[in-house]
Amino acid sequence: MPSDRTQRAPIGLKIAAAAGLLFLHLPILIIFVYAFTTEEKSYVWPPPGFTTQWFAVTWNRPDVWEALTLSVQVAAISTVIALILGTLCAAAISGTSFFGRETISLLVILPIALPGIITGIALRSAFSLAEIPFSFWTIVLGHATFCVVVVYNNAVARFRRTSGSMIEASMDLGADAFQTFRHVILPNIGTALVAGGMLAFALSFDEVIVTTFTAGQQQTLPIWMLEELVRPRQRPVTNVVAMVVVIVTFLPILAAYYLTRDGDQIAGSGK
Amino acid sequence: MTPAVSFTKVSRHFGSVRAVDAVDLDIVEGEFFAMLGPSGSGKTTCLRLIAGFEQPTSGRIEIFGENAVGVPPYRRNVNTVFQDYALFPHLNVADNVAYGLMVKGVGREERSRAADEALALVKLPGYGARKPGQLSGGQRQRVALARALVNKPRVLLLDEPLGALDLKLREQMQEELKSLQKQLGITFVFVTHDQGEALSMADRVAVFNDGRIMQIGSPQEIYRRPATRFVADFVGSSNILPPDFMQRYAGQRRWGSLRPEHIRILAQTAGDGVPARVAALNYLGAGTRVSLDAEGLRLHAVVDSGGALPSPGDDVVLTFNRDHVHVMDEPA
Amino acid sequence: MSALAADTRHAPAILAGRGGVFGAMSDWVWRHPTMFLVLMLTPPVLWLGIIYIGSLFALLLQSFFAIDEFSGLINRDFTLKTYGELFLPQNVDIVVRTVLMAALVTVASAIVAFPIAYYAARYAKGKWKAAFYLGVMLPLWSSYLVKVYAWKLILAKEGILNWIFAKLHLTFVLDAWLALPIVGGNSLSVSYTGTFLVFLYVWMPFMILPMQAALERVPGNLIEASADLGAAPRQTFRNVILPLAMPGVIAGSIFTFSLTMGDYIIPQIIGTSRLFIGQAVYAHQGTAGNIPLAAAFTVVPIVVMGFYLWFAKRQGAFDAL
Repeated sequence: MPSDRTQRAPIGLKIAAAAGLLFLHLPILIIFVYAFTTEEKSYVWPPPGFTTQWFAVTWNRPDVWEALTLSVQVAAISTVIALILGTLCAAAISGTSFFGRETISLLVILPIALPGIITGIALRSAFSLAEIPFSFWTIVLGHATFCVVVVYNNAVARFRRTSGSMIEASMDLGADAFQTFRHVILPNIGTALVAGGMLAFALSFDEVIVTTFTAGQQQTLPIWMLEELVRPRQRPVTNVVAMVVVIVTFLPILAAYYLTRDGDQIAGSGK
Repeated sequence: MTPAVSFTKVSRHFGSVRAVDAVDLDIVEGEFFAMLGPSGSGKTTCLRLIAGFEQPTSGRIEIFGENAVGVPPYRRNVNTVFQDYALFPHLNVADNVAYGLMVKGVGREERSRAADEALALVKLPGYGARKPGQLSGGQRQRVALARALVNKPRVLLLDEPLGALDLKLREQMQEELKSLQKQLGITFVFVTHDQGEALSMADRVAVFNDGRIMQIGSPQEIYRRPATRFVADFVGSSNILPPDFMQRYAGQRRWGSLRPEHIRILAQTAGDGVPARVAALNYLGAGTRVSLDAEGLRLHAVVDSGGALPSPGDDVVLTFNRDHVHVMDEPA
Repeated sequence: MSALAADTRHAPAILAGRGGVFGAMSDWVWRHPTMFLVLMLTPPVLWLGIIYIGSLFALLLQSFFAIDEFSGLINRDFTLKTYGELFLPQNVDIVVRTVLMAALVTVASAIVAFPIAYYAARYAKGKWKAAFYLGVMLPLWSSYLVKVYAWKLILAKEGILNWIFAKLHLTFVLDAWLALPIVGGNSLSVSYTGTFLVFLYVWMPFMILPMQAALERVPGNLIEASADLGAAPRQTFRNVILPLAMPGVIAGSIFTFSLTMGDYIIPQIIGTSRLFIGQAVYAHQGTAGNIPLAAAFTVVPIVVMGFYLWFAKRQGAFDAL
């Protein structure tokens, strides 16, 4: 809604917008304060004192490291699968117009449009029907399914910008399908794929609802956090982990934003 | 001599739409050939058939005598200047121009020398380091031209290349394209919907309508002796004379055409001729265009602005020399 | 230039191509575009169509089974008995509670999100616009569990919210609120108010971006025209801005509504012991082992969302996504 006249926002609107943004950010900042508290038995505010000792304690906790390692592995493999499936889908959808393209888009979006619990329980009951035991791969299966959509969304927007005539121009100039892919398509969709991959990683790294249904005994970092939320045992360690998770998820989001901000659609607007 | 491009009964159907319908066409080596027609007439599809982006539903396409059906675009020694230029945004101008040589495996030094040469040819020397986004529309067009020419194609295809340029630039580019074609001797095939552009630039023109070629000929032929009503209507400002009119005033029951400058307007008292009433006058400079209602037809005549002009509402008679009436091929 | 003109006449019109495996594959791709398309679509369609849609169908199928009351085993005969159980009073309660909460969260999200979206769309320029965007994106993408955890810290009895009320000598207001029926409770962290606040916090960012997208499509001169015609700001808001922002509100509400309805973690951690649909599903499939009833429960949000999407589509909300 750009206006030619330079107008000032009414003061009421300014206050309401600022209050809304504060509402979004203050709780996250509070996490940062709690990570340094000396109190270990309760959530008392204000913190009676500040210390950095919990970072060392957390660093030496093998269960945290195990959960973190599992989460990173799951997110990495899910991201690779999502990148392949999402890119294929986006390429097929944008390259041609065929009767089923609406259905395909719906199919890709469905795992994230339906509440996570439905995806979770559906996968779980399918695993039990097919007598597949829970494992690392059942977690990956679930994560990759809902990560496809973020890669797809990013790639489809960029494919649309890579006009069909550019591909034709490449072939016209003597490049075959592989050369065209390497020299024209890949450089043009590359940053969108990196952005999509980062968002997929962030999405998988943070996922808990589907994971509770597909994980069995293994603990990803969010599952570890969930345990702590339901039955708090080491509050200071949880505080530190929470803060680290916030920082770790901010990085790929910021990177994805800077990679795609010049484009027609900025990554992440469709989580 | 083998034609540069030869179509034999070529059709391209999209479902029930006959984009190109049984077209026969020979383009002579070294000529500047224009495909002229309204949008949807099949001219662009014909160009894409030559480039290899489309495959014919039926018929035979030869390029310099070699079968081109089933040959992918990247194996045709034919290059295209696209309507939207289709420059690669991630490459600079030099790399855009050298793209064709790069995928053919030509070494870096030779590539850059050829790119410089091609850029000089299109009057953009020293622009190699820029990105396409930093160029004006006219400059992009020149880069697209250089990118195609650097491959030394046997046939150069141009898809409405001047459509996006403003009038002055367009006129300048028309001249440059024409002289470039003479200089290089490459066969140019040029698609346009602008009849002025086609007539002024081409050695020969094919007029398309509804997926078929209505007429092929030199600009003079197309202009003076349109084969069908469509051509007369689309290409020129000729008066189209229906068979009844022709029978009464020209002695044969056929469709005919008559150029406006060949109609003379006389006072009603002057005697024999076609009775008409003046509807409007348009001053065109040296001449004045007179719109006339005669026998239920709207006719146009161009008369010398210096002479005596009728006024709207005047009843007049029209005369013309029967030799100036062109009889069209179209059945009555 | 002379080099360009030379030797073109003897070049072949049809080139040989680069040959080899890649050349042959490339030619094949070019000759069979439809086959290539099918080949590209096969992996994603197999994955999503078989693994995902297959699982959904398996789930749907299970909802037509019933659990044997004596043995506790699943009886694989087709029956509508499980769906009948959905209409037991305690289960109807769960559905009504969840849908009401989702609706309330959606309305509140729209109200809180609107000033942010409106300011970002109409007044924020350049760097500020980017700052607003990231200011919405970062909370949206930051960890769900961390956000819930933050609210556990905030709402705790010894936490910051109670501390603020105490410092302002307003504890009596909070106590009065907690004494109210339904919305109240022993403390904020075990009341519906607490659940509502956390839902609002976690899902509200999903409302802002579609709303902003819709508002950005409202031409600024339309608002000025309305003002020039003598409309008071309130009238302009009601008659011009709100109707034009509506598709964005509906698009955003799809997220807030769906996500609230399917959540089972927030009400488990913050709130009363009364169940929401997500918790019921989780409980029935888990300890109770009653997968058919859990499956039937999941059909409820699907059906509700189906109606909601149908309504949203009629309002043109999808253009704003």
